[in-house]
Amino acid sequence: MTSSISTNSSTKETSTGLMAKLSGLRNLHVVIGILLLATFYVSVCNLAFAEGSALHVSDYTVSLFGKYLCYALLALAVDLVWGYCGILSLGHGAFFTLGGYAMGMYLMRQIGDRGVYGNPDLPDFMVFLNWTEMPWYWAGSDSVLWMVAMVFIGPGILAYVFGMLAFRSRVSGVYLSIMTQAVTYALMLAFFRNEMGFGGNNGLTDFKEIMGFSLQSPSTKLGLFIITALVLAVAYVVCHYIVNSKMGRVVTAIRDAENRVRFVGYKPEDYKVWIYVVSAMIAGLAGALYVPQVGIINPGEFSPLNSIEMVIWVAVGGRNSLYGALIGAIVVSYAKTRFTAIMPEAWLFALGGLFVLVTLLLPKGIAGMLPGIMDKLKGKNAPEEEATASEPSATDNSATENKGSEVKS
Amino acid sequence: MLRINALRMITMRLIVLRLAIVLLSVFVCTHTYAQDNTNQTDSSLALSNIAKQLPKAKLSKMPPLVKQLGAIKDPKSRLILESLLEGELYYERSGFAIVRAQMNDDKKYVLSYLLTDAQQQTVSKSKIKKIRTNNRLRGQIRDVLAKLDLTDPDSSVRIEALKQLIDKPNDSAIQTIKELLAEEKDEDVNHLMQVILQVQLLKTGDDQQKLAAVEILKTSLEPAVKNMLTQQLAVLPKKPTDQQQIVLKKAITDALDTIESKRQFYGVVENIFFGLSLGSVLLLAAIGLAITFGVMGVINMAHGEMIMLGAYTTYVVQLIWPHLIEYSLFIAIPLAFLVSGSVGIIIERCVIRFLKGRPLETLLATFGISLILQQLVRTVFSPLNRQVAAPEWMSGSLQINPVFSLTYNRLYIIIFSLMVFFALLTFFKKSSLGLHVRAVSQNREMARALSIKSDWVDAITFGLGSGIAGVAGVVLSQLTNVGPNLGQAYIIDSFLVVVFGGVGNLWGTLVAAMSLGSINKFLEPITGSVLANIIVLVGLVLFIQKRPKGLFPQKGRSAD
Repeated sequence: MTSSISTNSSTKETSTGLMAKLSGLRNLHVVIGILLLATFYVSVCNLAFAEGSALHVSDYTVSLFGKYLCYALLALAVDLVWGYCGILSLGHGAFFTLGGYAMGMYLMRQIGDRGVYGNPDLPDFMVFLNWTEMPWYWAGSDSVLWMVAMVFIGPGILAYVFGMLAFRSRVSGVYLSIMTQAVTYALMLAFFRNEMGFGGNNGLTDFKEIMGFSLQSPSTKLGLFIITALVLAVAYVVCHYIVNSKMGRVVTAIRDAENRVRFVGYKPEDYKVWIYVVSAMIAGLAGALYVPQVGIINPGEFSPLNSIEMVIWVAVGGRNSLYGALIGAIVVSYAKTRFTAIMPEAWLFALGGLFVLVTLLLPKGIAGMLPGIMDKLKGKNAPEEEATASEPSATDNSATENKGSEVKS
Repeated sequence: MLRINALRMITMRLIVLRLAIVLLSVFVCTHTYAQDNTNQTDSSLALSNIAKQLPKAKLSKMPPLVKQLGAIKDPKSRLILESLLEGELYYERSGFAIVRAQMNDDKKYVLSYLLTDAQQQTVSKSKIKKIRTNNRLRGQIRDVLAKLDLTDPDSSVRIEALKQLIDKPNDSAIQTIKELLAEEKDEDVNHLMQVILQVQLLKTGDDQQKLAAVEILKTSLEPAVKNMLTQQLAVLPKKPTDQQQIVLKKAITDALDTIESKRQFYGVVENIFFGLSLGSVLLLAAIGLAITFGVMGVINMAHGEMIMLGAYTTYVVQLIWPHLIEYSLFIAIPLAFLVSGSVGIIIERCVIRFLKGRPLETLLATFGISLILQQLVRTVFSPLNRQVAAPEWMSGSLQINPVFSLTYNRLYIIIFSLMVFFALLTFFKKSSLGLHVRAVSQNREMARALSIKSDWVDAITFGLGSGIAGVAGVVLSQLTNVGPNLGQAYIIDSFLVVVFGGVGNLWGTLVAAMSLGSINKFLEPITGSVLANIIVLVGLVLFIQKRPKGLFPQKGRSAD
């Protein structure tokens, strides 16, 4: 695949050719390598060096990094639908939160009789609401397998139903974006209700242990961090193969010219639903990994602002590449941590400014700049690239057409 | 040149519109009460005559004096009676002038002279002496006061007095009403008097009288009537044998049914009214969005913040001119239009025009702007909610009947939003700028080929849409608290209205806003407001399945 694109010698294609090279298999190794190395480094520094040593990484930092990796996983999910299918979903927070609730329910059941009310069967909030028995949808929530299944099934079903409804009637563009936001908003309102049986306003919290390991102990935190990193690595590989598969090509083609794909004989809605469901499941997984590390899940996670922040991670990182999403999520989240610590009121200014500046000046994000920087390092002159950078869809369009014909022949 | 003319037309129309509102409100505000000045000297003479007798009168001599006082139609005699009732009527040991004395914190008495206009003064207890009363006398005073109210020249005072009687009737008042009934000219008052008498008959009369009373009362919606009817129904035996009682029971049941169905009818009407008022708020909030989305295909996520800016403009106006609260809305409406409109134009010129043809990026960029604006307001004003005062003429309600009333603020909001709507409609239909806007929204390239400066049309459209959002903010400041998150609550709702109604169609927006508002209000009592919200949302998602382009889609063929 990579070689077929690089044979295109027209000047317009140089940037895509480079991009494709960068996001080729070699690049996959690089990203996974960096990710695993960083994880290894953090774990070693956390365990081997004593506190106070210059190389020591504190437990707090470990769980902070764990959080960032969850965000990166989430950004990957958003990038899959936005960057590769052109669906701007402002509702990925819903999938993330649903996955989180699936995990939260399991953790809630693990508390057992150590809750404030000491009821061995019912979680605290149900006792507080005078419920005598568990609602039917809590059945099975104390089993790990069921929990893992629900992490995928919950967001998957929501994505499937919504996707079927929306994509079949060809809702697209800003309409779709706002509909996703509206659904997320509705879910937030619903989960705020006590009658929903998910703890209402306070959500699920006060977790004690996961699969027998105490959530308070540093080693569990480190373990969760390592697991998150591994899951992220696996998800990255999966996404990489998805976007480079034939199916992924069709999805990219839908992004660039949906009607043409339809006229050629594909069913765009099927592909869209498919990629949307996969993305939702990854987001759910991110949520499930996130909850034990922060120790709480509440309906606030559904808020539209959260969903939109995810989009900005991808926009900053660059939405034409998978690794861009990771970079964006980590950079923006780190900036948020720093900003909210130093001057909390400035964070929204900074975030808002980021939205405006990135869309105006950096349509391809950080990852979009990388090839140019590499070229400069190699001493090559690439003026066309800056010129074409502002029109991603035009270049990609012709590129995908070429790719498509290659695939067909 | 044409453009400037059109702009002038908009401003002219807005001015006319505002003038209309001013006139309307002035008309409503000025309740003029006619003052009865005749026979003033006569009554004050009689008053001072009685006042001389009061200090020396024994308890047994008091009733005729009270009766005389009651006969004098003068606010002062009323004041004397009230003071006497509350045990605050004293006379000065020197000079025997009667005063109202109220004890203050230092155990001294503050005297206010009831007959003369002399200054208040504070004295010790030894200087004054109380005029004594007993329970019987107090009962008599109450009756006299009730009668005074019932014969008051102002009919609203009479109605108020009657309404109190309807809940707690007493014999003497009933007697008074019987006397007054024949002379009463005012229809409403007369009707109320009838109702009270019939309720009394229903309670004390024989079966024949009761039957007649039920016949009359079955059209009345007063809660007391319903209570009395249910009470009487309960008194009747379960299976009456007496022919008369059977008839009576049937009559009462029928009357209760009639009343109940009437109440339900008015309940529905009230829901419609609430729905329309919610709908008109939605209309105001959504119409600006509909314009910008229709013309430019751009979702302005900062639209909610334009609403918020409008609301804060009202707050600032009231802060700067605290003595002009009554007129603050008329100052705030044009100001909010200008503030939000110019912010809108700045956003368009600085950000949105560079993102032509990339609607998703525009959505993100405007979302960023909305975050900045929210934070700006938080920094400048404070994150707390601000209270915006409501002018006098916005409060109160129009009582149609005992179970149904229209609150003035909702009524004005419906009228106002419809005025804005039709002003916009005429602007788009009649003015040349409106023509340009429509041309650009239908076919941008063709419009440009016909020498329409689409850039300017974009900027002005965006300014117009934002300005109307600002006006919506002024209206919202009258309904909810003004805070930095005010706009966020409305952005999704207004977008749903636009989607529901169909893009680029103002009538669609009107129908969509009103029906969404009504649906919401009808669902609310059944399901609670949160669930109603969710049901509406889900319903809309399903609706989009059937009609992806909304209720009134733009006609034409296009494929992207």
